[in-house]
Amino acid sequence: MTTVADTLDAPERAATPRGPRNKVRTRWGDRMLYGYTWVVILWLMAPVIVMILFSFNDTKGRYNTSWQGFTFKWYKPENLTANHDLVQALGYSLLIAGVTTVVSVILGALIGIALGKYRFRGQASFNLLMFAAISAPEIVLGASLLSMFVTFNVPLGVPTILIAHIMFSLSFVAVVVRARVLTLDPAIEEAARDLGASPFTTFRRVTMPMIYPALISGGLLAFVLSIDDFVVTNFTAGGVVTFPLWIYGTSKLGMPPEVNVMGTLIFTGGVILAIVNAIVARRRARL
Amino acid sequence: MTTVDEATAPALDAPGREPGGRWRRFRSRLTPYVVIFPGGLWLVIFFLLPMIFMLSLSTQQGSVVDGYSQVWDFGTYSRAFSNYHDQLIRSLEYGLISTVLQIVIAYPIAYWLAFRAGTRKSLYLFLLLLPFFVSFVLRTQSWNFMLADNGFILSWLKSPSIFGWHLPFHLGQSFHVLATTPAVIGGLTYNYLPFMILPIYVALERVDPRLIEASYDLYATKFRAFRKVIFPLSLPGVFAGVVITFVPVSSDYVNAHILGGTNNSMIGNVIQNQYLIVQNYPTASALSFILMAVLLIGVFAYARALGTEEVLEVAAR
Repeated sequence: MTTVADTLDAPERAATPRGPRNKVRTRWGDRMLYGYTWVVILWLMAPVIVMILFSFNDTKGRYNTSWQGFTFKWYKPENLTANHDLVQALGYSLLIAGVTTVVSVILGALIGIALGKYRFRGQASFNLLMFAAISAPEIVLGASLLSMFVTFNVPLGVPTILIAHIMFSLSFVAVVVRARVLTLDPAIEEAARDLGASPFTTFRRVTMPMIYPALISGGLLAFVLSIDDFVVTNFTAGGVVTFPLWIYGTSKLGMPPEVNVMGTLIFTGGVILAIVNAIVARRRARL
Repeated sequence: MTTVDEATAPALDAPGREPGGRWRRFRSRLTPYVVIFPGGLWLVIFFLLPMIFMLSLSTQQGSVVDGYSQVWDFGTYSRAFSNYHDQLIRSLEYGLISTVLQIVIAYPIAYWLAFRAGTRKSLYLFLLLLPFFVSFVLRTQSWNFMLADNGFILSWLKSPSIFGWHLPFHLGQSFHVLATTPAVIGGLTYNYLPFMILPIYVALERVDPRLIEASYDLYATKFRAFRKVIFPLSLPGVFAGVVITFVPVSSDYVNAHILGGTNNSMIGNVIQNQYLIVQNYPTASALSFILMAVLLIGVFAYARALGTEEVLEVAAR
């Protein structure tokens, strides 16, 4: 990148006495930046590393406090499922994230297609509405929904959580899909129609495969947003406890080792999936 | 079925293409509305409408037991503000300090990633995003565990000897990190840092290398090239990062709850408490409105002050 600059710069640098020192200094600068990046990576990873480490802690009591020795005992299936509340919380989280993903991908993709493919009256205000939904503070989203539920005496539970999660995820899906649709060549769909495909066939055989990557990444985004959500869930859950809510509830007591184990398993699973996904994508790109 | 083809053609080129009658043109113009309808309706009913109910709730009077009645009492706003302006100001203060810290910490990393990381760029991006595979409440909880008064870090630092070695210096028994302002600001900075790194990185990545080369050709030193060329071009990324992080940081209550004490409660804690525990809905919804208004005005004024709508455009991406 700097080769052109370097060659052009060389005579000038040689002429001034501080030329070489400048070079040494940049090398030191690079090294410091490199070290600094690693320090921040370690800082970001510190709580994760501690969480994993203490999932192997041989605690005698209910909670993790200090290091007592290495053990695998918390990974035994009977210990893993011993805490029914925690297992149930994880189940709720997965169920809610799954349903949210499916519904918000369908609704969000339709919005994304409409915004990317057509020009229509009211489009600008709809974009603004979506931007507002994305950028509004989560606490306001949760609080306003709760206000409405309270007004109509709607009982809080899984359905109200789902309503809220789909609401905040679908805008993100729509943005991702719209970006993809905007890059598509309308001539391809026209060609399909010229060849006698019905609108439905055109959509299923031509449009869908082309926006498929956006549906996948939008769906992943919705899943992650939903499963990790605390604030909006806190307001709309009523008595239902999801995984983040359960952890929040233990905050003043201390962390039981099962939480570390669950966290470690989810972390490992997620990382493996991401790596496999990256490898597959790279293979496909090479073909 | 094939006769309906024209109906789904993009609205732009539909008119006048065929003398196919008004009905068909009307239908083709209707298509985007039909496609957008289900999701749009969801957003209107569960995002826009609740705001109105929140506004209405904030002007009601009554109690959970007796029920609420609509009296259009806007006095709740001034009472809520005078009761809780400490927490509101503290939230904005924490948000500001944390955002500045994030810029300072994130910029060098984004710079290194964009210009110096070479072929391993995506690996380092992956490493920076790795913590997201653990729920953010769990990570914050893990900080609480690490920094606890008798946790494994502080108890080491407090003990006069480790493994039989006598330490020349150790912390007093009353020393604590949790329930202090730095703990909360540190937690906020920690949790939102990646959201600052990414937009700055994207902006730096987009800087045309030829511009930097041109500045060297014009005898700029490395520092001057950075100050006059790279830094100004990266500012949209910084602005976007501020918009993305400042709003959630100032309205956060998880960090203040898990890492802070009673003197660190932010406006989010008050709103949560008023809604879910005290169930004083009018005060709670009034506070939510005040928070939203302050943050929205802040963000729009900020975007205006920078003289560009681009900030919002970038942030939206």
